[in-house]
Amino acid sequence: MRKCYFDYVATNPLHPGVFEAMLPYFKEEFGNPLSLYEAGMKARNAIEDARARTAALINSRPSEIVFTCSGAEANNFAVRGIALAKQNEGKHVIVSRMEHHSILNSARFLEKSGFAVTYLPADKHGVVDPDVVKKAITKETVLISVIHASSEVGTIEPVKEIVKIARERNVIVHTDAVASAGNIPIDVKEMGVDLLSMAAHQFYGPKGAGALYIREGLRIVPLIYGGIQEGGRRAGTENVPAIVGMGMAAELARQEMKERMEHVKELRDRLISGIRSVDNVYLTGHPADRLPGHASFTVEYIEGESMLLLLASKGIYVASGSACSSKALKASPVLLSMGVPSSLAQGSIVFTLGKENTGEDIDYLLAEFPPIIKRLREISPFSRGWDENGQGNKCYTTSSEEKTE
Amino acid sequence: MTLKFVERIKADVTTDIVYMMCPMHLLKLEEKIKELDKGQILEILTDYDGALEDIPGWCEKTGNEFLGIEETEDFYKLYIKKGR
Repeated sequence: MRKCYFDYVATNPLHPGVFEAMLPYFKEEFGNPLSLYEAGMKARNAIEDARARTAALINSRPSEIVFTCSGAEANNFAVRGIALAKQNEGKHVIVSRMEHHSILNSARFLEKSGFAVTYLPADKHGVVDPDVVKKAITKETVLISVIHASSEVGTIEPVKEIVKIARERNVIVHTDAVASAGNIPIDVKEMGVDLLSMAAHQFYGPKGAGALYIREGLRIVPLIYGGIQEGGRRAGTENVPAIVGMGMAAELARQEMKERMEHVKELRDRLISGIRSVDNVYLTGHPADRLPGHASFTVEYIEGESMLLLLASKGIYVASGSACSSKALKASPVLLSMGVPSSLAQGSIVFTLGKENTGEDIDYLLAEFPPIIKRLREISPFSRGWDENGQGNKCYTTSSEEKTE
Repeated sequence: MTLKFVERIKADVTTDIVYMMCPMHLLKLEEKIKELDKGQILEILTDYDGALEDIPGWCEKTGNEFLGIEETEDFYKLYIKKGR
């Protein structure tokens, strides 16, 4: 049976060149980067080389990159670290409702610690309106975190415009670029953000390596205390092979980005036009400003999970919304925040493409998927409709003292 | 040891290690003092209380002059004059 992997937003396979670069650091080059003798020096140099390569991917200085163990850690570090560092100036944080749980749950942690948090809505395409951000800023606001590109609906957010507004009010801006870094061009100086999170396994690097860009001169409270690794900002003996892998993956992504983008975009456009021809299937996210390898839909009258399982039985591997939402069998909060009715949000399905996908993969998918939809609709109790109990598309602020809508 | 409080000292180099814990204050101190010429002044911004004891002690041991501290609302400013 043919195997087609369409879940690159979950993770990417390791690039063979990345694997080769990592190998010595699992074997003979096992030194601790803090050791003063040769083995330590080699590991230290390998990390600094990876830092320079990772920095080059987003046009930052190497000294502005702090390696973490994941994108989620980078997001936690940014939100909690800046809020705590700035709490004497104000205790209000703004995040969008398009965010990953590593941002949303960090914001919830801050609420429990006495901060007020505003959760911004998105429009029907998943775009966070900069004017809505502007209205949400108060004298107390110290941080705005808006995702660069949504892993669920692929929409690329107007982060540069949001930064311009934040600058006028002297508010720090973080963006979660886990789904976008290494996949589309990013220039932190041009974008103007103060912090940016990324993860290596989203651009053919290894799992267990992420990074947070922290603009030079910005103070941040560490998430992990201990040793002097990462300039005292992130303690713990470094995962040297993973960091080396991230550096190599960043280098390859920078070199091959244009070709990779063109390749997946062409396949994605074929996939979108093919699937949209099925009745009552809707593209989610922005039709144009979206990740080049991202095609997400809602399929009416069917649950995402059932489509996912039947596709998997045909060797086609896809996702149904965020992993957390699919495991809890809940309608995606991201889709609900975009105003998608909860019944329709249950039928979410996300195809994400990578450099290994081919035109034949798309042909196979387009041949197999419509009959699966038909079969599921024939047996679906939902085809007769169900109760709406979704959340509205509202902007709300909470604090530890009060919750308002 | 009593700490000397100072005001408006003009530093040649400043290093900001606010929110960094031990031993970053000593590592940065060693790193930055190397960049200075004899007689020049290093300013360290830190909120780490241990620095108030460690940095004067380090100065005494290494032949540098600890000029004193200035307190701000959120952190301390420590001033070190390079001795040799």
